[in-house]
Amino acid sequence: MTEATLEPGPSRRAFINWFLGTSAGAFLLSVLYPISRYLVPPEVGESTAATVTLAIKPEDVKPNTGQIFKFGSRPGILIRTSAGELRAFSAICTHLNCTVQYRPDLSHVWCACHNGHYDLNGKNIAGPPPRPLEAYTVNARGNQIVVSKSASA
Amino acid sequence: MSVADKRPGRLWAWLDERVGLADLEKLARKKQVPVHRHSIWYYLGGMTLFLFMVQVATGILLLLYYRPSAEEAYESVQFLMAEVPFGWLVRSIHAWAANLLVFTLFVHLFSVLLLKAYRPPREVTWFSGVGLLALALGFGFTGYLLPWNELAYFATKVGTEITGAVPGVGSFLGRLLRGGSEVTGATLTRFYGIHVAILPALAGLLVGLHLYLVQKHGMSVPPAVERSGAAPRVMPFVPNFLLRDLVGWLSALAVLAVLAAYLPAELGRKADPFLPAPAGIRPEWYFVFMFQTLKYLPSYVLGIEGEIVGIVGFGLGGLFLLLIPILDRRTARGEPGRLFTWIGVAIIVYMVALTYLGYAASATK
Repeated sequence: MTEATLEPGPSRRAFINWFLGTSAGAFLLSVLYPISRYLVPPEVGESTAATVTLAIKPEDVKPNTGQIFKFGSRPGILIRTSAGELRAFSAICTHLNCTVQYRPDLSHVWCACHNGHYDLNGKNIAGPPPRPLEAYTVNARGNQIVVSKSASA
Repeated sequence: MSVADKRPGRLWAWLDERVGLADLEKLARKKQVPVHRHSIWYYLGGMTLFLFMVQVATGILLLLYYRPSAEEAYESVQFLMAEVPFGWLVRSIHAWAANLLVFTLFVHLFSVLLLKAYRPPREVTWFSGVGLLALALGFGFTGYLLPWNELAYFATKVGTEITGAVPGVGSFLGRLLRGGSEVTGATLTRFYGIHVAILPALAGLLVGLHLYLVQKHGMSVPPAVERSGAAPRVMPFVPNFLLRDLVGWLSALAVLAVLAAYLPAELGRKADPFLPAPAGIRPEWYFVFMFQTLKYLPSYVLGIEGEIVGIVGFGLGGLFLLLIPILDRRTARGEPGRLFTWIGVAIIVYMVALTYLGYAASATK
């Protein structure tokens, strides 16, 4: 400390350097913070509807076929098995988010992107998908098909 | 030398006083290029630079018609291809030059790797080159989405989902790239901004640094040639090497013209988020080796999701590539060493084999 009192120059220099450094740092932060916040988009309220009524008539879904429907902003897949049963799942592949399709030649669900296979219960049976497709509940009420998120899921 | 002996004209003298032309001329005359049996590889960097300039020029032309929104992008490209005079040519050249650029960039990278041109003092030249490779792949990935067609839509879904699987910061990065939680028009607008403003600015800076360093250090002579003890031969850069470079540029332009004229860029079907991914979907060829690897990985490897193993693996691979000048101590000390040559060959074999499998494999099995 005696050194510093004898030579006031360096400590004043150190103070000014510290002052300039923190000012520059604070300035950079005040510029970078709004930019980093600006780059991340705000959350948009997503459709939370748990039920959707399809614009498809039950008799238009032939056995051993499937088609994509809109569940809010996401795709779902409606399948009529060869036995005539209606089933619905999320159509978003659990691997990397592609939209799956029904393969009549295999009689199960397939994802074209990375060759993932799911059985008619939505279970991942071959290829890279790590999890089953989310299953929905299907109700055919007269002329309408109503798909809802399963209570158990 | 007859040009240099002439008395400078008045315009030349006027400019020289203000800009310093004489210094530039001296610099250009001093520059020499080593001549040896591997000199051919010196042309690849120049060809890549030429293709980059083609991309800037054709990209600016495309900007005049392109509209970056989910409602209008596909239609504006359709209009460009069908109605605008030579619109098909400009877009085809842009698409093909992108592919050729990535190709020449890879050849340039592997020739530099195998000839060990990354050894001191050229480590930063290598780092900037690997940075430019990353930017080129970023250009390819963001540009692919802009026509807003079916293939581009799903390629982007998968590509951004891969970013989302990066441990820790993945979901943040995914949202940042997509401009939301899904691939939508917001993603398109964002990719457009990245493709035409952010990446060009970064690429301009890095190309500038890369060229400055090449100029500062001169061309690297491969260690094997240095050790052979033969008297080093050189040729002047101006005009001897520059004219040869121009032949390389013209060859690239000729290949480009043939490809663009006979195999014009396709547009495909407009992206529809409510259609399944089409069979045979595949990314651009320079991503196929990674794509094919992801297909082969099982859903779980040692209890970790296969996709995460793949993504972390490729991330570490990229980091390894970047750090080669630091890791290869033998070459840095000037000792002969085969290890990194074999690693380079192994990377090439892996990429070529997996790319081949990606194209040979049946789309539906």
